[in-house]
Amino acid sequence: MTEQRKRYLRRRRRYTVCIQIGRVLLLVAALALWEIAARLSLVDPFIVSSPSRVVATLATLYTSGDLWLHLGTSCLETVIGFVLGTLLGTAVAVCLWWSETLSRLLDPYLVVLGALPKTALGPIFIVWIGAGTASIVAMALAISVVVTIMNMHVGFLSTDKQKIRLMRSFGATRGQILRFLVFPANYDTLFNTFRVNVGLSWVGVIMGEFLVSKAGLGYLIVYGSQVFNMDLVMATVLLLAIAAVVMYQGILWLERLFKKQLGVMG
Amino acid sequence: MMITLRQVALTYQSPHGETEALRDITFSVEEGEFVSVVGPSGCGKSTLLSVIAGLETPCGGTVTVGGETVDGPSATIGFMPQRDGLFEWRSIWNNVTLGLQVRRLTDDEHFAHVRQLLARYDLADFADKRPSELSGGMRQRCALIRTLATDPYILLLDEPFSALDYQTRLSVSADIHDIIRREHKTALLVTHDIAEAISLSDRIVVLSQRPAVVRSVHCLDELRGIPPLERRDTAVFHTVFNTVWKELNAVD
Repeated sequence: MTEQRKRYLRRRRRYTVCIQIGRVLLLVAALALWEIAARLSLVDPFIVSSPSRVVATLATLYTSGDLWLHLGTSCLETVIGFVLGTLLGTAVAVCLWWSETLSRLLDPYLVVLGALPKTALGPIFIVWIGAGTASIVAMALAISVVVTIMNMHVGFLSTDKQKIRLMRSFGATRGQILRFLVFPANYDTLFNTFRVNVGLSWVGVIMGEFLVSKAGLGYLIVYGSQVFNMDLVMATVLLLAIAAVVMYQGILWLERLFKKQLGVMG
Repeated sequence: MMITLRQVALTYQSPHGETEALRDITFSVEEGEFVSVVGPSGCGKSTLLSVIAGLETPCGGTVTVGGETVDGPSATIGFMPQRDGLFEWRSIWNNVTLGLQVRRLTDDEHFAHVRQLLARYDLADFADKRPSELSGGMRQRCALIRTLATDPYILLLDEPFSALDYQTRLSVSADIHDIIRREHKTALLVTHDIAEAISLSDRIVVLSQRPAVVRSVHCLDELRGIPPLERRDTAVFHTVFNTVWKELNAVD
């Protein structure tokens, strides 16, 4: 290794470490400022809470066992909504790719559904399928399904025409073209859709829980704000942020695993 | 097995209007012959190959392969698309056996044939690699082996070298040419590169601008037996090149 390269690497490493330290400092400073402001009554801790109160609330939630109940409920609903929305959306996208007539027929309705704020459908779901988990999952599904249909359909349609020509020259059926070419060519589209859908499913679940639930993070937030327990609201938002990030990272991990598997299988 | 086209015509219909791609195409390719079709860009050369491959139905005229009228994709014809068209998510082995998998010919006998082809053309060690790990020339050979795997009598090549840089293109086209000769295939190459057509073929069919008609046919009997790269130094090469160049640029 040349002297110049060593110097470059050293500088690079130092820079990375500085950034890491900076990030931690930023967080610590914000928390400290928040804590001090609350302690000195510069802000009303009753309204803005404080880090120590948030931690205390989390500890109470943990010891009472409520933490896992609410966290688990929301996570489960999100996962179910995500899986259903993605599966259903992809299935519909396949149908649209398969039949141009169907795609032409449904096009304006998909545009309307895409533009419509799906949260407006919440009360309808509650009336139709009851005030419970099913409605919350339906919300998560409704939000992610339309995006999935549109993303996947566009991806399918953009498959290399030359490759489709090649498949047809082998006498491939439409099903074979889908299985051998169109679907695998869109693995990246699929994983991008996954990433978007995790976030959207959370939106649906929290929205749904605001409306109907008796458990879950959305329920805790609404309940906390109604009884003016801002410690509980802040603690729950923190939990939600962690859960959402963990799930997002989970998808990234799945993607890496899948790509590695693909590399092995060929 | 020979290809015969008689007064083939094809007009595309679309909401924006009619596009007459092919007007009157008549020529034939003898068994074991290497024929190139040259024409200006967008003159319908690719369409012509699609018609012969049975991917498009002509509006008029007839196409026969081995005496039978073409009415859909058939195993007698192997198609090599523009660029190499390798599937990046599949290993080289799964790329070259794609046609066999589609046709459900995944038995030992067919696989042994593919293994033989890979070994003969120096790709045996790359069977487990991804296309992205191979050079442009190797990818091109894989694309050809993928076509040869289903053992067609006739190869249709649609500007297969157009994405390669000049250096690679010269050596790869000579390579592909040798493989096709060695495997005793009948070949029809579509290209806009006059030099490439002259250096590889027994005969050249020159098409006009759209709507395409056959403008002329050049026999290259004097060049028979001369390897592609050496052909480029001959006097005949330059004469034919100039003639075809003028024909392509002539306005009716």
